[in-house]
Amino acid sequence: MANALRSVFHPHVKGYADVNRDSMRLLTKPGKGYLALLGTAVALVGLMVLAEGIQIAYGLGMAGLTNPVGWGTFITTFVFWVGIGHAGTLISAILFLFRAGWRQSIYRFAEAMTVFAVLTAGLFPIIHIGRPWFFYWLLPLPSQRQIWPNFRSPLLWDVFAVTTYLTVSSVFFFIGLIPDIAAARDATTVPWRKKAYTVLALGWRGTDREWKHFSRAYLFLAALATPLVLSVHSVVSWDFAVSIVPGWHTTIFAPYFVAGAILSGVAMVVTLMVPVRKIFHLEAYFTQLHFDRLAKLLLLTSLIVGYAYGMEYFMAWYSGELYERDVFLDRVTGDYWWAGWSMITFNAIVPQLLWIPKVRRNLNAFFIISIFVNIGMWYERFVIIVPSLAHSYEPWKFMNYHMSWTEAAILMGSFGWFFMWFLLFLRFLPGLSIAEIKEVLPPPTRDHHDVAEERAEKLVEELPTGYKEYERR
Amino acid sequence: MRKSRSGVLGVFAHLDTLSDAVRRLRAAGYDQLTVFAPTLRHEIEEALESTESPVRIFTLVGAFTGTAAGAALAIWASLDWPLIVGGKEIVSLPAFSVIMFEVTILLGALSTVAGLFINARLPRIGRGEALYHPSFSAGHFGVFAHVPRDRYDAVRGILTESGSEEVLVEQS
Repeated sequence: MANALRSVFHPHVKGYADVNRDSMRLLTKPGKGYLALLGTAVALVGLMVLAEGIQIAYGLGMAGLTNPVGWGTFITTFVFWVGIGHAGTLISAILFLFRAGWRQSIYRFAEAMTVFAVLTAGLFPIIHIGRPWFFYWLLPLPSQRQIWPNFRSPLLWDVFAVTTYLTVSSVFFFIGLIPDIAAARDATTVPWRKKAYTVLALGWRGTDREWKHFSRAYLFLAALATPLVLSVHSVVSWDFAVSIVPGWHTTIFAPYFVAGAILSGVAMVVTLMVPVRKIFHLEAYFTQLHFDRLAKLLLLTSLIVGYAYGMEYFMAWYSGELYERDVFLDRVTGDYWWAGWSMITFNAIVPQLLWIPKVRRNLNAFFIISIFVNIGMWYERFVIIVPSLAHSYEPWKFMNYHMSWTEAAILMGSFGWFFMWFLLFLRFLPGLSIAEIKEVLPPPTRDHHDVAEERAEKLVEELPTGYKEYERR
Repeated sequence: MRKSRSGVLGVFAHLDTLSDAVRRLRAAGYDQLTVFAPTLRHEIEEALESTESPVRIFTLVGAFTGTAAGAALAIWASLDWPLIVGGKEIVSLPAFSVIMFEVTILLGALSTVAGLFINARLPRIGRGEALYHPSFSAGHFGVFAHVPRDRYDAVRGILTESGSEEVLVEQS
């Protein structure tokens, strides 16, 4: 007999067993559509490998980089992918600290997205340096030459920030997975899966000792990941802001980049969730309520980003700084006007449609808006990087940048690389956080059991139980 | 202290019957219990009156070690290769604070994981100290009382009275 109480977040989920059943369903035999998508992703990765091979053979001249535009598609795409990761950490760590019950069902996807996005981002500085086999020069390693990297350089801060972010996100992702891999281990009947999950679950059995230390460790990992995520895009923004290039040298950059990162990340979560929900029939887990809250998050960050755009123009005018003013005017009227206007339209104007509840509730509309934001946020990084360099102090040094075919192939390949990991994740690891969704479901109790028939179904807002003090309050 | 291997396992479908069983067992003097749950529930921690996890100490020590390590690395490497850049001090603490911060987080997170593994005794190799039932990861709760054989009947009685659906005994 079913429990009469239902979670306000998942009114159609009857009990604990449903969560296991639906999560395990993702791990069964894939359909043709899935294989086609995976094939496309792998083909794009092949294209990226080919382009990178050619770039290694013929040198960095294969990219469209010129003097003065020394940073182009590679750095733009690096910033784009690091930013995508941020919403994952926002959902998994920051919303966890806020005890947001709606986070439980979407957090696993978001956190996977973070790990794979940062994994993608990490490729780009290495591609950009031209001789990838010397990437270890970035690291402070003792060498015979007895020289060390410059710790005053934001580029080195970036190395520390991004590697820390990748490590901590991967650890957080894996620790959260342990109880769910154990559930997969107990449920699967496929021999090789059983063996793999047995190893990966580390012998987890859900004992009181394990849960006690797990809940604490999870809380502290979330508490460490929260300032980390804010620091990572701040450090990325300082790659620019610490230099004296007009259009980069502003104090607004850190919060502006963090808000932009969360905007792009939330958009990517929606871009991934809408098709996954439809293909895998996860309507009971990604409900209207989840999309509504995501829409509000997207709207909020879009407003912050729009404010930052306005503030950049205001300061360019108000400061009376000639070069600053000229660069900002050039962004919307110069050779890159199309990129400048795409950025403003897609990030600050299109998301305003989400004020209308009807649009928020229409998944197709929301999906299209999220695609626009994804494109707009790539353009934002492009607009910050390229026109600023192409149009800085000396008019005789003004020179435009054109993306080469190798750069375009590597950009497309990065999407293939990201989606390849994401698709593999969907089939091999529990995509729904089984244990954490159960936290917001009313627990099975005998009291409710006995009176289930006479009582009408009732929705309760069960909050995630992170630590005891919260419960006792 | 290692718990004894022999004992009785009760499988429960409900959280309230389980916490009731835990309380009754503890009242009867059976303190050596292992409780299984599919998700984190504080009703269980309260029934067990469990103490605070020491993982937080690991986090704290790891984080501060990270701050010191980050500072030491940046300062020592800069002194070892004393190149003046942009007229800045060789030891430029405002710039190094970023490195210190990132290494704080990195070592704090890694030592938190170490704290989890050490305290929760993961990875567990072998069959562990209590009987297990695969339904615990799906939706059932369970309590294993670590008791000698002569107490099996008494414990079984408490478990059945509290509403256990199935009672298993350790035979080995």
